[in-house]
Amino acid sequence: MTFETIPFLKSMLSVAGLSGYEAPIRDVVTPVWQELSDRTWVNSHGSLHAIRYGEGTEPRPKVMIAAHMDAIGLMVTGIEDGFLRITQVGGVDPRILPGQMVMVHGSNSGESVELPGMVVMPPAHLLPKDGKSGPLPQKYLLVDSGLRAKEVNKLVRVGDVISFATEPCELSGDTLSGHTLDNRASVAATTVALDLLSRRKHLWDVIAVATSQEEVGGIGAMGSSFDIMPDFAIVIDVTFAKGPGGGDTVLFDLGKTVPITWGSCVHPALYNAMKATADEYEIPVARDFAPSGSGTDAYDVQVAQAGIPVVELGIPLRYMHTPVEVVSIKDIKRAGRLMAEFISNLPLDFMNTVKWE
Amino acid sequence: MARKVENSKKYSPRLGKQELDLLTRLSNALAVSGDEQEVREIVYEELSALDVSMHTDAMGNVLVKHEGKGADRLKVMVAAHMDEVGMMLTKEDGDGFFEFVVIGGVDPRQLVGKPVMVGRKHVPGVIGAKAIHLTTKEEREQVLKVNSLRIDVGLGGSKLVEIGDRATFSTSLAVLGPSLRGKALDDRLGVFNLIQLLKNAPENIDLLAAFTVQEELGLRGATVAAYHFNPDIGIAMDSTPANDLPHFDGEANPTHNTKLDGGPAIYLMDGATIGDRRLVKWLTETADAEKIPWQYRQPGKGGTDAGAIHKTRAGVPSVSVSVPQRYLHSPAGMVRIDDELNTLRLMHAALSRLERSILNPQENN
Repeated sequence: MTFETIPFLKSMLSVAGLSGYEAPIRDVVTPVWQELSDRTWVNSHGSLHAIRYGEGTEPRPKVMIAAHMDAIGLMVTGIEDGFLRITQVGGVDPRILPGQMVMVHGSNSGESVELPGMVVMPPAHLLPKDGKSGPLPQKYLLVDSGLRAKEVNKLVRVGDVISFATEPCELSGDTLSGHTLDNRASVAATTVALDLLSRRKHLWDVIAVATSQEEVGGIGAMGSSFDIMPDFAIVIDVTFAKGPGGGDTVLFDLGKTVPITWGSCVHPALYNAMKATADEYEIPVARDFAPSGSGTDAYDVQVAQAGIPVVELGIPLRYMHTPVEVVSIKDIKRAGRLMAEFISNLPLDFMNTVKWE
Repeated sequence: MARKVENSKKYSPRLGKQELDLLTRLSNALAVSGDEQEVREIVYEELSALDVSMHTDAMGNVLVKHEGKGADRLKVMVAAHMDEVGMMLTKEDGDGFFEFVVIGGVDPRQLVGKPVMVGRKHVPGVIGAKAIHLTTKEEREQVLKVNSLRIDVGLGGSKLVEIGDRATFSTSLAVLGPSLRGKALDDRLGVFNLIQLLKNAPENIDLLAAFTVQEELGLRGATVAAYHFNPDIGIAMDSTPANDLPHFDGEANPTHNTKLDGGPAIYLMDGATIGDRRLVKWLTETADAEKIPWQYRQPGKGGTDAGAIHKTRAGVPSVSVSVPQRYLHSPAGMVRIDDELNTLRLMHAALSRLERSILNPQENN
């Protein structure tokens, strides 16, 4: 099986896998990671682990790559005349919701049934005064599956999850749009790294982790870090790219750099080592400032057990947490290559260099 | 007055593979008001084998005449608009980013976070939004205005599209159980129905089919089409809102306009036209005789091509029949297949039994 980035990424963007409900995405990643590793297993929170044994003598040091695979989405809170009332799973700006294509994962019939639907905005006369022109709070939005009330009642119940169903789409200039590129772009980059490592020597054990429940607080990463207790970890997640409405924080162009996080959640020695590797292989990088934290799995990894040194890479992404996020494929491949070069160059005594001054 | 005409052939509309194919092409076509070419091409393709006369007029309307047989045939104009609401690119604003304006009535709240397609080549793009992580509470309490949004076609995309191009949501037609979901069912269902009526044209009338342009901008195409045809009767086939959703607070919803599953919506009065009483009666009596469910569209605002047709020349008795549809002018509307087919069934049955006596002054009018 040859691994190809774009088809694999598109297949990941075509399935659900909300926080706590990662089975659909795990089932897509598992066979690909099985091919590229010695062993895979699923931990107690549903994170997928894949280990590639290194060539060093035992006991070998180990590095963990953590990329979360879970998606933000919606959940059914009520059913009225065949329409579904909803709440959110993870951070969703309700302003993006009206007119959004979704998939309802109905469970009321005893088996899981996928019902395509859409988020709809009721007409003004059915809303309170503030709903006529302002942004509609999510409590007033509904999901319509096109089915009649009787059928909906048979198939759907409160608590069923609703995923975004926007189809992935290749845009100009080697860019791609879709839902949940946060953070399946990083799962793709991690897979690029595993693919490269499968064809070169590495002394260290490498454990790739597609973590669960990042969007609700780094839950999967906590357990995986504890389980694996790596010598250090690479966390990879998306970061903000320049684009319309981007805001005034530091932002990255698409297709230009691999951002490396600089701030409280990363170990400066690891930052320096990663930067040095990037310079050596002429991979353009930039500093992504996260003074008090990056809002990713990095925190949950660094505080596991007695503490784990972390280095964090980013993939620039436009329109984060909308179903039309945009990434550059080049950025994914570069981040994957940087991780592979870094890991394959790790000497067995590397941790001796990860010191505080 | 409403007597079944002997020579009308039996016609049972269905949505088989061929029909669904046509409807898919129609709904997925990009034909924003003022640029209806894609739908015009489909109409020509579908009708080229028929024994009809067909031309495109000065405004871009496709005008098709099917002559019936027999004496004293009524000239019946049936209109369906080809155009849809959408957007136009107005200014390049960086690599692959474009400012745009909205064409027709689209609520800006429907635009955010949607995939779109641009121009005749359907170049894919997206309308993004600032990441929620970077927004303030104050920002989230404001609607994102159109002038703050951009269509993003990707890096180097400025070579693929240009300002002046039209754009629409890139929603594909889908069958969801008993329903259809598509971006331009307003009014490609009407276009589809008019094509079917021409393919199964009743012989007792001259069917003057107008595939109109720029309805969404004020019934412009229908105005000149009706002048050209100079018909005895005018009928607009369109889509009308089904606001049959639950009230946020559980109250009753008496002002639903129409309801899905209620059948074709017959117009008594909208913002543009008082439906001709004789024609309304003819439609409702036909529906009852044929056991076709129907509903009155609740009298109210809005308008169809009938609003232009009925004021043409010395006046044309006119009426509208619509397929009830939820979520018009959004990324996707939704209709029931039954309502769509019943609308076509009603129109065919009604036209087949039409006689000149319908134009006699109505008693008690």
